[in-house]
Order: sequence, then structure tokens, then C-alpha cells
Amino acid sequence: MSEREAARLRLRRGPGLGMIALRCAPHVPGLGEALGGALGGMRGAALPERGRIVSANGGAVAWMSPDEWLLLCPRERTAGLLERLSRELAGEHHLLADVSDARAVFTLSGPGWREALARLGPADVSPAGFGAGMFRRSRLGQVAAAFWISGPDELRLFCRSSVAGYMEALLEGAARGEGPGIFDAPGA
Amino acid sequence: MLILECPFCGIMADETELAPGGEAHVRRVGPEGSDEAFEAYLFMRRNPCGVHFELWRHAHGCGRWFIAARNTLTLEVYGTYPAQTDRPPAAIVRAIRRRVPGWEWQP
Ligand SMILES: [Zn+2]
Repeated sequence: MSEREAARLRLRRGPGLGMIALRCAPHVPGLGEALGGALGGMRGAALPERGRIVSANGGAVAWMSPDEWLLLCPRERTAGLLERLSRELAGEHHLLADVSDARAVFTLSGPGWREALARLGPADVSPAGFGAGMFRRSRLGQVAAAFWISGPDELRLFCRSSVAGYMEALLEGAARGEGPGIFDAPGA
Repeated sequence: MLILECPFCGIMADETELAPGGEAHVRRVGPEGSDEAFEAYLFMRRNPCGVHFELWRHAHGCGRWFIAARNTLTLEVYGTYPAQTDRPPAAIVRAIRRRVPGWEWQP
């Protein structure tokens, strides 16, 4: 990768996040409070709206489907959070599982990430269609992936661990070359 | 290329994000059904030239099954709705009739 390309997009494997899958009906009493409490320091409920992710204190809750959420946290907090959540949801019909090893995480930084994603899948990644706070599950190349904006000019992405090697090669390829720069801000 | 709105996550999903599930609103023939009726349930499909109902799964998204009402001749999409629906909702029927006057739902 040339220096110029690297300035537009850097690809890094990780961070290794703790991931907890939660499935239950969205109207389960206390669900939002349980998730907010798990993240810690959140006032009240933390139940992301459809297609969104809420972040606080190094953790996050992502909307996966109408009855599924994914908790993201530092690895070392996974076991504690799992225990806490199953205590708070005891008596309610639900499923909680530590799925930290199921997925591989990538971090893309630099202004070129929108263009790289646009080369790989059908998702609308223009600034108008994909902004901070959104959590998009889609297809990249041949496999399913999910991504969200984790900071200024920074995107976090995950896919199944079994296809992590493929995803890494895919992203490296998409980061190469001079693109048309269609998502670059005017004058940037 | 077909673009369908997933009624569960609201995403305008490209066909390549979806997995097809064949004709929708096919009723299962129960244990009392005749061999002919069961064979028809398993294998016989309408394959119409015109208004059609299809099952799709948002396989690369939220994972849910939904039904798309569309026209196989004009490729117009009338709408989508959850698969847990045993007949086209009234709004979908209205949308179809606006474009295909006199169209009737045939279970
Ligand atoms: Zn969906």
C-alpha cells in the first residue's frame, strides 16, 4: 500500500471486543434499564432504536433485529455483565450468550472508509445515508458484516470469525488505489 | 436489480442482501389432505405474469422473513410486509388495485 493510500485508509484487526447476544421481546419490563445499567453510568434506559447503536463508558448496545441486541464491551467485563444481565432479566423469557469468539472486529480509520465500503457492498454509506449512531448490517463481498461509526474518521466493523481472513483481504483490496473521492467533503 | 424495503429494520435492501424463499401465502395441506393436494402444496406454483407475492429473508441484515408484493411483468414493487401474515394487508391490496384495476386476491 502506498503512503498516499495509507493516508486515506488504515486497516487494523481488533480491538477484541466482548460481545453478549441478548434475545427477548422488546417489551420485557426493565429491559432498557438492565441494558443501561450494564453499560454503567447511563441515566435510565439504553435501548437503541431500530438500526441504531448507543454507546457509553467504552461499551455499546446495538440493535440487531426486532428481538435481538448485541452488547459490546471490553473483554474483561464480559463475564460480569453476563451475570448481571441474567440476574436482572431472571423470570423473563430471554436468551443471553457470550458470543465474543463468534465474530472478528476490524477498525478502519481515515477518510477513505466510505469509499472502501461502497466498493464492497450494496449499503448506502454516503454521509446522507449513514451517519453516527447508526448500526448497519449488510453484505460485504460474499459475507455478512455489520458496521458503525466509532469516532471521527473511524469505522468499526465485524464479521464471523470464520471469514475474518477473507474479510481482511477484501478490505485491503478495497483500500487500494485512487478512488473517485465521491464522498469527500467539498474542498477537503 | 430488485430493491425491497425490509419491514422489520426499514432498510431498502438490495437483492444481494436478501435470500429468496419462493412463492408466499402457500397453505400447507394437513394430514387429512389427499395425495394430489399435498403434491400441489409441495410442487405446484402459480408463476404468474403480473401481480406476485414472494417470500424473502433479510439474510445479510436482521435475518427476518418478509413478503414482497410485486409485478413480475413490470418489476413494480407494491410493498412489503411481515411473513407472519396469512393474506395481503388492505394497504397492499389498495396499492395493487391503484395500478391493476379490478385485481382480486385469490387465496
Ligand atoms: Zn431487515
